[in-house]
Amino acid sequence: MKKEYILTVYSENHIGLLTRITNVFTRRKTNIDSLTVSESALHGIFKFTIVVHCTEAMAIKLVSQIEKQIDVLKAFYHTNDEMIFQEIALYKVPIEPIYESDTIEKIVRKAGARILEITKDYVVIEKTGHKEDTQALFEELNQFKVMQFIRSGRVAITRDPIERLSEFLKERDAFLTSLD
Amino acid sequence: MPVYDALYDFDKEVKHILTRHEQGAIHGAQGYARVTGKPGIVFATSGPGATNLMTGIADAMIDSTPLVCITGQVAAPLLGTDAFQESDIVGMSIPVTKWNYQITTPEEIPEVMAQAFYIATTGRPGPVLIDVTKDAQFGELEYKYEKCKKIRSYVPETNIDPHQIKAAAELINEAKKPMLLVGQGIILSNAEEEVKAFIEKTGIPAAWTLLGLSALPTDHRLNVGMLGMHGNYGPNKLTNEADLIIAVGMRFDDRVTGKVSEYAKKAKIIHIEIDPAEIDKIVKTDVAVLGDAKKALKMLIDNVNPNTHESWHNEFKKCDAIENEKVIQKDLYPTKQGLTMGEAIRIVSEKTNNEAILVTDVGQHQMIAQRYFGFKKSRSNVTSGGLGTMGFCLPAAMGAQLGAPERTVVGVVGDGGFQMTVQELGTIAQNKLPVKIMLLNNNFLGMVRQWQQLFFDKRYSFTELHNPDFITIGKGFGINGHTVEKREDLDASIQKMLDHDGPYLLEVKIEKEDNVFPMVPTGASVSDVILEP
Repeated sequence: MKKEYILTVYSENHIGLLTRITNVFTRRKTNIDSLTVSESALHGIFKFTIVVHCTEAMAIKLVSQIEKQIDVLKAFYHTNDEMIFQEIALYKVPIEPIYESDTIEKIVRKAGARILEITKDYVVIEKTGHKEDTQALFEELNQFKVMQFIRSGRVAITRDPIERLSEFLKERDAFLTSLD
Repeated sequence: MPVYDALYDFDKEVKHILTRHEQGAIHGAQGYARVTGKPGIVFATSGPGATNLMTGIADAMIDSTPLVCITGQVAAPLLGTDAFQESDIVGMSIPVTKWNYQITTPEEIPEVMAQAFYIATTGRPGPVLIDVTKDAQFGELEYKYEKCKKIRSYVPETNIDPHQIKAAAELINEAKKPMLLVGQGIILSNAEEEVKAFIEKTGIPAAWTLLGLSALPTDHRLNVGMLGMHGNYGPNKLTNEADLIIAVGMRFDDRVTGKVSEYAKKAKIIHIEIDPAEIDKIVKTDVAVLGDAKKALKMLIDNVNPNTHESWHNEFKKCDAIENEKVIQKDLYPTKQGLTMGEAIRIVSEKTNNEAILVTDVGQHQMIAQRYFGFKKSRSNVTSGGLGTMGFCLPAAMGAQLGAPERTVVGVVGDGGFQMTVQELGTIAQNKLPVKIMLLNNNFLGMVRQWQQLFFDKRYSFTELHNPDFITIGKGFGINGHTVEKREDLDASIQKMLDHDGPYLLEVKIEKEDNVFPMVPTGASVSDVILEP
């Protein structure tokens, strides 16, 4: 059965690695729903958070093919339940409706969103949450004709009390030392 | 230019072979690597030189051949500007290299080269490409080379888990109808003696994949033949009777498994494999032993019980008798008029005492050669398996001869594939490489024609070849040869080829419309292997 999986990949920061990783998805004809890359808590180690919609068997294959790449340290796959995750969305809405009524203000409050910037032409609203939440806010605001809308890729952390990467790095260091 | 200028001073230390085409260079490096176990090294210039390597890189990737490919690149400030002879070879080769890297400063060269050799040769071997910009080649550095021994993000092989060995041994000891599949992993990990000791102790019949061929001597009593689409009848048929499959260093290629959903359904599966990504990729395993095949087999031998599996072997013998009558006799000792590929292969094998290195191209002749050529020594079979690259044979044979100068190298090639890299006759002649080329000419792209005959109602769409006079072409390059058409001349012709001092081209004109059997038709189960149309 297909469902949403979050793949997290830890790697060295090497040029071309993003292509190597995304190529694994291309070869398996699997669409990437969202992709976020940034440096992890450990200096020099980069973290990819990739959201895909596929079967568990495919998620396992994707992870093993990704891990096979020389510059990848470790890859994991998780279901949504196993992670706490968020996406951030920005909405640019025209200013007139705000002068005319307090509807937008109410919508923003109810959604737990916040206003980032107000100019004489528009207002920029920010909302953090799951895709359904940011999408719902978009639908509501769109009655006032949203001028621009953008949603980020997902960021996620595990619910697992153990930090798997640190555990992994400890094991890897011990293994490499044993080679000396 | 700077690299070649430096080579001018190192012609004693570095043996450099100038090929006629970059594809020839890389297949040559593959041939060298396959017979020696050492990495093959290829240079190519930027742009078209680099892109001409791509087929060979893809071939080496899928067939796990260690290569270090070094390509020239435009100067770093010109990267990305569509400069003259710029190609994004790093970007292009990502899907077909184990690792690649672009060097833009001279300081990077020693460390990156050390990593390249480490990555190409360890774990599951594969091709590595290093792209070096022109300014990095011209630069200077304080030379210091240190061998690479480890990379944080890369563990070439894991320590074998003794629990997995125990679990595997239990399945082996319980099995009534076990079968061992010999993959190229046996050769790559030098586990030939271990696999022999393992099957001799357990009495388990051993079948081999295309790339596993020559790991086990042909006449070993437990060698039951080849797996797959044109493999032997017994190993295919009985895969679906086996209660245990022990796959060592192989990857369940679709040519081996046939219809996967009907593959070895009665069997538990043990997969001994160094590449974790291969586990459960195609066939779900019951016990996966991750690690080096040699070490795994050594550990297993101590945990398994002696056995003979006599009645199980009798089932193979029954199948062998059927195949022998329906296929093998007709192939090897034909009574019809036209020459067969099988009889030519058999004679070469006999005359070289099963001690030659066999290099093949791709197609009917390849399958026939793999089926009937005999082997005594490992690393004696060089062929393009996974990618099925026509044009592989001639340059690979040249590389194999360079890797094993003391041995007889026989390149068996079809008339289609021969013309794809025929220019390497020039390299063979210039370097006086005594390669024996046996060209099996049926004036067809034979395997495609076979499929057209069997599955497309004999509609021979663009498979017939109007060929040149091959012997004249050979002579043009300074290579002797002759053509044989009659059965009574075949033996003497092959003898003449083998006795010739230097390279030789023997063209054998064979029956135009012969087919390769047995055959597992595409989409069919291995047990539905057919022996005749």
